[in-house]
Amino acid sequence: MRLIPALAVLLALAGPALAVDPSERLADPALEARARLISDELRCLVCQNQSIDASDAQLARDLRAIVRERIAAGDTDEGVRDFLVARYGEFVLLRPRAHGVGLLLWALPPALLLMAGTGLFLAFRRRSAVTGPQGLSPEEEEALKVLSREEDERPNY
Amino acid sequence: MIVEFGHFALMLALAVAVAQSVLPLVGFSRRDPALMAVAPRAAMLLLLLVAIAFAALTYAYLVSDFSLLNVVENSHSEKPLIFKISGVWGNHEGSMLLWALILALFGAAVAVFGGNLPQTLRANVLAVQGWISTAFLAFILTTSNPFLRLAEPPMEGRDLNPVLQDVGLAIHPPLLYLGYVGFSIAFAFAIAALIEGRIDAAWARWVRPWVLAAWIFLTAGIAMGSYWAYYELGWGGFWFWDPVENASLMPWLVGTALLHSAVVMEKREALKVWTVLLAILAFSLSLLGTFLVRSGVLTSVHAFATDPTRGVFILAILCLFVGGGLTLFAVRAGTLRQGGLFAPVSREGALVLNNVFLTVAAGVVLFGTLVPLVVSAFGGAISVGAPYFNTVFGPLFGATLLVVPLGPLLAWKRGDLLGALERLWAVFVAAALVALGAAWLNGATHLLAVVGLGIATWVLVGAFAELWTRARFRDVGLSVGIRRLAGLPRSAFGTALAHAGLGVTLLGIVSTSAFQTETILEMKPGDTTVVGAYSITFDGVRNAAGANYSELVATMTVREGGVVRFVVEPARRFYTARQMPTTEAGIHTHGLSQFYVTLGGEGRETDSVVVRMWDKPLVTLIWLGALVMMAGGALSLADRRLRVGAPNPARRAVPAVTAD
Repeated sequence: MRLIPALAVLLALAGPALAVDPSERLADPALEARARLISDELRCLVCQNQSIDASDAQLARDLRAIVRERIAAGDTDEGVRDFLVARYGEFVLLRPRAHGVGLLLWALPPALLLMAGTGLFLAFRRRSAVTGPQGLSPEEEEALKVLSREEDERPNY
Repeated sequence: MIVEFGHFALMLALAVAVAQSVLPLVGFSRRDPALMAVAPRAAMLLLLLVAIAFAALTYAYLVSDFSLLNVVENSHSEKPLIFKISGVWGNHEGSMLLWALILALFGAAVAVFGGNLPQTLRANVLAVQGWISTAFLAFILTTSNPFLRLAEPPMEGRDLNPVLQDVGLAIHPPLLYLGYVGFSIAFAFAIAALIEGRIDAAWARWVRPWVLAAWIFLTAGIAMGSYWAYYELGWGGFWFWDPVENASLMPWLVGTALLHSAVVMEKREALKVWTVLLAILAFSLSLLGTFLVRSGVLTSVHAFATDPTRGVFILAILCLFVGGGLTLFAVRAGTLRQGGLFAPVSREGALVLNNVFLTVAAGVVLFGTLVPLVVSAFGGAISVGAPYFNTVFGPLFGATLLVVPLGPLLAWKRGDLLGALERLWAVFVAAALVALGAAWLNGATHLLAVVGLGIATWVLVGAFAELWTRARFRDVGLSVGIRRLAGLPRSAFGTALAHAGLGVTLLGIVSTSAFQTETILEMKPGDTTVVGAYSITFDGVRNAAGANYSELVATMTVREGGVVRFVVEPARRFYTARQMPTTEAGIHTHGLSQFYVTLGGEGRETDSVVVRMWDKPLVTLIWLGALVMMAGGALSLADRRLRVGAPNPARRAVPAVTAD
């Protein structure tokens, strides 16, 4: 039985990879543009990592039709997505929502940068605390004075 | 007979790999030079044996020996010669054998070129290479043997997946594997250093050429794969954030970081522990990439292997090497002494920043790629697709690119940030002009594209700021400046070119993503439509036949201002053996841009067909940029500095002269 999804995937991949049938389009270009943007971020559930905008699978067609129906019915972009999530689960969203595991995904990049930044800051501070510039001892000051006096007296080549 | 000979050679290879894994280590612990000297000889022998096995399999493909299961499943007697050859690695078993072959090749290269290494280091490095070889050869022989015979051979083979019958496939996997496996050398050096508990600037100098070579191949492999997907899949995109693509991007990101931290280590003896960690991570991610693609945990365009026993075996290899490597690192890293100090604002500091961004980017890609797998293992389902990666990766990499021109202008130890910025003012002006020009031409609608073009110019022009500064054109005049320029080390030019390549690629990505024009419509023969500056006439369709497929070819004449510019011929193919259709995009390159046409299904009216057309401005820059990066890498590799200690050709020439 594992063969059937595998076959579906193969067919979806191998089928002429052309989507967005002109016959599906909405008459209003503004609404159609919204439909394209939304479908670009919705997963074709039977394909591998393809959006419904790019896939020619039957399911992708159906989903594109639903998206356009909902838009024509006056749904907001978020409303369209909610409608599809209610039917197919969050798996349908290629851009995960920021809750649960999705929150982890969105929080990770800033968290990593923050960790790296803090780590670097601490490393540099610790290092400059260990080896930071210490004042010269009186003897060293004296030696320096002598040296710079010699330097002044000699002609500079 | 030849096939059995190859099979036998592969078994012998496993035995040799085991010897290469054990004997040099015993030699190291007993300080026995004779045992340690086994390592290079074993490495050479291993290469010979695996090469024999590979040649035998290639022979079976060439003569279409359908008594081999592997040949039956992936070949066809009518397949063109080049795809008979590339078909050897166009399947799971063969590609694993190619992996082992390249691994053996790198091992032998260390044996040959590693004459200047301390004996203990060379022995340990080759021993670690031996472990990897052992693991992969055992994997091939037990779970993925390409030499299995059939009792009743069929008359004809089942042919190679048509999507893979392409010149792109002939080159893409070998390049990618050269990159992946190249990092195994860095890994072996890192483990050897941890075993010996000793590491210094010389270590970085030995490792860097290998890392650089692996990086060049990986860059080539990724670019090649991207272009292949672009023209073969017919989606018009060049990067899909497919897990398989991510699998190759992660080692590239960490490998790039490694390349840069190794510079710091070589010049300043700093970042030792970090560099060793990166070397382990780069190869771990290469192994992970192999695991993701080969185990069948993903089922996607590239993944054509599904067998859980293999998955478990590869997972075991992954755990052994990644887990073992990191454990050894945790135990022994403390013994490596830290070297040179530096201020936050310095060349080292800039390279550390580069490393932070690159590793964070790699971490983000890793997490985003693995999360769906983990979630689905627990019965859930989540998608992490292109919209997520673009949103997250874009700013991260953009920030990295901002720093790129700055780094080379900072001095080692303690740099002058204001001074460096001052020297970049002309670059800044150029970037601002390009951004403003783009904004003026296209209105303020594409804010992101405007910023992107600005950054691309900043990187592209800024890449040459170091050369300009070091030649001191302004102080010494043109002629002396040119002489000074010619005297600069090749690695300086390498750095400039590699960085400039980044800018070139970004330029291509931004202009294609933001300014491409797309048209989808139904056309009948005789119809004309307008895309951008072109008018396209659909002349008609004809049937044609290739060696193992039949196709429907559409002819479209593209005119500009009434004058015929070029003809594109998109096609739909049908491969008879596998009963599979494919689309062949019609692509015409004009200047640096491309006109891209694919055929869809039949339209609603008779004779009409759905056509999707794009004009993609500057799209070729995406891959040309990769070529520029590779050229930069190659120039760096040719730098004298990396060959110090190698036999001096001038000195070798002397006896030849006196012998006359």
